[in-house]
Amino acid sequence: MLNQERAAEIFERIRRFASADEVEVLFNGSRFALTRFANNTIHQNVEEENAVASIRASLGGRTARASANKFDDESLKRAVAASESLARVQEADPDLLPMPSPEETDADKNVRATQKTAGEGARATQARATQNRFFAQTAAITPADRAEVVGKIVGIAEKRKLTTAGIFSTSESAEGIFNSRGLSKWHTQTLAEVSVTMLGADSSGWQKSNSPDVRNIDAATLAETAARKAVESAGPREIAPGKYTVILEPAAVLDFTGFMFWDFGGLAILDQRSFLNDRIGTKLFGENINIEDDVCHPLQSGSPFDGEGMRRQRVSLVEKGVVKRVVYARGTAAKMKKSEYAAKVGSIEATGHGFALPNEIGEMPQNVVFGPPANPQTVEQMVASTERGILVTRLWYIREVDPYEKILTGMTRDGTFLVEKGKIVGGLRNFRFNESLISMLSNVEAMSVPVRASGEESFDMVVPAMKVKAFNFTEVTKF
Amino acid sequence: MKSVAHSVLNMAALRGASYADARLEQIRNRSLTTKNGRVGHASESETLGVGVRVIVDGAWGFAATADLDRESVEATTVRATEIARASARVKKQDVRLAVEKPAVAEWTTPYRIDPFTTSVEQNLEHLLKIDGEMRAVAGVTLAETGMNFQRDESWFVSSEGADIHQTKYSTGAGYTAYAFAGSEIQKRSYPNSFGGQWQNRGYEQIEELKLLENAGRVAEEAVALHKAEQCPEGVFTIILDGSQLGLQIHESIGHPIELDRVLGMEANFAGTSFLTLEKLGNLQYGSELVNVVADARQEHGPGLGTFAYDDEGVEAQCTPIISNGRFTGYLSSRETAHLVGASRSGGTLRAECWNRLPIIRMTNVSILPGEKPLSREQLIASTEHGIYMETNKSWSIDDKRYNFQFGCEIGWEIKNGKRARMLKNPSYSGITTEFWNSMDAICSRDEWVLWGTPNCGKGQPQQVVGTGHGASPARFRNVKVGTAYKGS
Repeated sequence: MLNQERAAEIFERIRRFASADEVEVLFNGSRFALTRFANNTIHQNVEEENAVASIRASLGGRTARASANKFDDESLKRAVAASESLARVQEADPDLLPMPSPEETDADKNVRATQKTAGEGARATQARATQNRFFAQTAAITPADRAEVVGKIVGIAEKRKLTTAGIFSTSESAEGIFNSRGLSKWHTQTLAEVSVTMLGADSSGWQKSNSPDVRNIDAATLAETAARKAVESAGPREIAPGKYTVILEPAAVLDFTGFMFWDFGGLAILDQRSFLNDRIGTKLFGENINIEDDVCHPLQSGSPFDGEGMRRQRVSLVEKGVVKRVVYARGTAAKMKKSEYAAKVGSIEATGHGFALPNEIGEMPQNVVFGPPANPQTVEQMVASTERGILVTRLWYIREVDPYEKILTGMTRDGTFLVEKGKIVGGLRNFRFNESLISMLSNVEAMSVPVRASGEESFDMVVPAMKVKAFNFTEVTKF
Repeated sequence: MKSVAHSVLNMAALRGASYADARLEQIRNRSLTTKNGRVGHASESETLGVGVRVIVDGAWGFAATADLDRESVEATTVRATEIARASARVKKQDVRLAVEKPAVAEWTTPYRIDPFTTSVEQNLEHLLKIDGEMRAVAGVTLAETGMNFQRDESWFVSSEGADIHQTKYSTGAGYTAYAFAGSEIQKRSYPNSFGGQWQNRGYEQIEELKLLENAGRVAEEAVALHKAEQCPEGVFTIILDGSQLGLQIHESIGHPIELDRVLGMEANFAGTSFLTLEKLGNLQYGSELVNVVADARQEHGPGLGTFAYDDEGVEAQCTPIISNGRFTGYLSSRETAHLVGASRSGGTLRAECWNRLPIIRMTNVSILPGEKPLSREQLIASTEHGIYMETNKSWSIDDKRYNFQFGCEIGWEIKNGKRARMLKNPSYSGITTEFWNSMDAICSRDEWVLWGTPNCGKGQPQQVVGTGHGASPARFRNVKVGTAYKGS
């Protein structure tokens, strides 16, 4: 595995080879293993190790990037030359900032330490320590360990006369950034993930969980829950599409709401491609919706710095349904302050959410945490309080139909149930939905305690299960 | 390469592998974009490594490393055998590979201009000119362009004696004009959305795409959409342009014919397929006009799914998928071929990169053009009433590939054989087999284009590869339109 010492040595050689005004190198290294099973057998089983140095040259307001996964002098010289030649042929960009100094990347810490007042500003950017996210127990998992866990999952499937498919993966990774102004930051992390699908003759159930610490993954419980869903949704009936009260389990909430966070960046506003254009400061969602981005949250993962090395700050995005602000990369914050939108977008400051430069997206929150409800309810309580509705395990193939009204389409999958008079009465054929995110988050009647959720359409977030009224199903499929 | 190959094959044999292959691959990419008159990003990347696949105790193991020192390659091979032994602990039966004569071959994508020899300065100048044309249109609020080149050189060797050296080039380019006003964001793209048009060719493709010539028109359409009427909801005759039909093929034919999906191997992620095995040869997939092939051969065209050999050394082939509407074939691999009674793999096993296990992927899954001469304008002229839709805006389909919904960037009502009013936010939905059985006309070869889909995701860990889809505009009857906005 690539370590900080080795990366520092590579960076020093790159710096010697470079003739640009400034140079920055992002390092990514990982050892990743995944055991995949289907039809109650392991059918794919892989492991890889790789490391990449991604070099950014900056000269006279022009910048470009080149990367290599070989660290001999010849390979690094070639990548340095590529980044410099790609930069040289460009017109200078007057908005391109110099690379940040180490002091600038952590400057908010000192400012916030003296900030005593309550309210958005102080809450938005409190400096807190990131939790340890590297666990030797996760890094030590072997192919035999994974096979043993898969064997247990298969055993649960066979006991219930089901077929199972899924994965058990483990990884250790390192991420670092160095620049010619003296910046040097490093983050290591592990991740373990289990995803299980159980298949019956005409039904299925699914569960997924991940954590930096493999000891937090309870594969047997995931398998039992997925199996129960497959059994209980057998013989699905078809009901007409329409507007229903839905109970969305956390994975469904995650994959649905995850789509909107691409729009919570300053550059999306400047580009006028965000559904928040002209809407920051307005009450867009229900009073019970509070959302922040917080890399230090104990259920979150990921590195504490962004693509330029800026410390990721805690930012309050939505308070009581009002969109308070968006996140910023350094360059975007500088541009926004000079723009015609400056007075309409709330607080403007670099928040440590930028992607590696150069890029067209700018920034986005990637450690989203939904605020806990005043009176949390379990999914079971939500079911018990529902006269007629639909319980949804998971959503699938979600795509944006309308970028400003934020209408999304997609399907339910792997465990869709009819709820009547407070009880689950059986499985349903899957629906297609066409629903506005704005409407959905305005119609939330109840929420659970937020949990770390993982799906397939969004990055992982800390989200609650939600009971939502008038969710718009437009079609039914054949299973 | 020879020393890496020998290290892998010798060590695999020593460790008891009944089969082994090594795929050493070097990929170089260049990506250029512009946004609103400035360079968006300019980047290059190179990656080189080796992936080792083995069968031990009747089960698969795969390990990959970027470190090509002999010691590292041998350790990676040992790791692959250990992984295979772990796989064997949870197996029902031994892996069985269809017989394949080991190939010894050398092949390179035919190209006229190596894209990496072109000047970055000129590439950017070209993109910025397009950008300027778009932003010259009042009402355009965002203009984005992009150009991408890739060179993928691989060496494949196997314990059976295969030794294949391939170099594939691909190029892609496209742009989008956005217009935000009031409470709407509208956009138009050319030659296609989500990255433009991609093919396995050299820079000559970029020269032939007529990018600059279409920029002004596309930008004007993005702005004009704000004044267009909303596409109505109901059941209509629709005509789809070739690029949208290409994506329709990708989602509702290409994915369901993947045999690994059919057999449940993708059940946890990408999903399964409604095309269960008993449907082979029996299902009327579409109308008699529907003829679809999966063709990886160069003679089909320079698609993103064109190669000489797949990533387990099987020669490129043409498999009839739908013949006169009847379902006739799956995409298969050496491991899965026998399950459909085939004696040989269909040659569709592909990997994203050296560090990924090859899995069944689409090659070029194309609908064949109509035999009678029929242009798009003639097709419109022969349609009394309907909606013509162009360029994909959104796409979604269920995990068995029955129910789909597509949105397009722009539509026009057809009245008495003529394009009438422009329609914004057109969308259509349906059930795969009902939809393909409703096709009653398809344009001829002159309108046929081998479109590229550069962003097809599948597998765990997910792999993104490019696929090709030849299509010409086609007409469908009694299709549900406008459901995407129903109830909103």
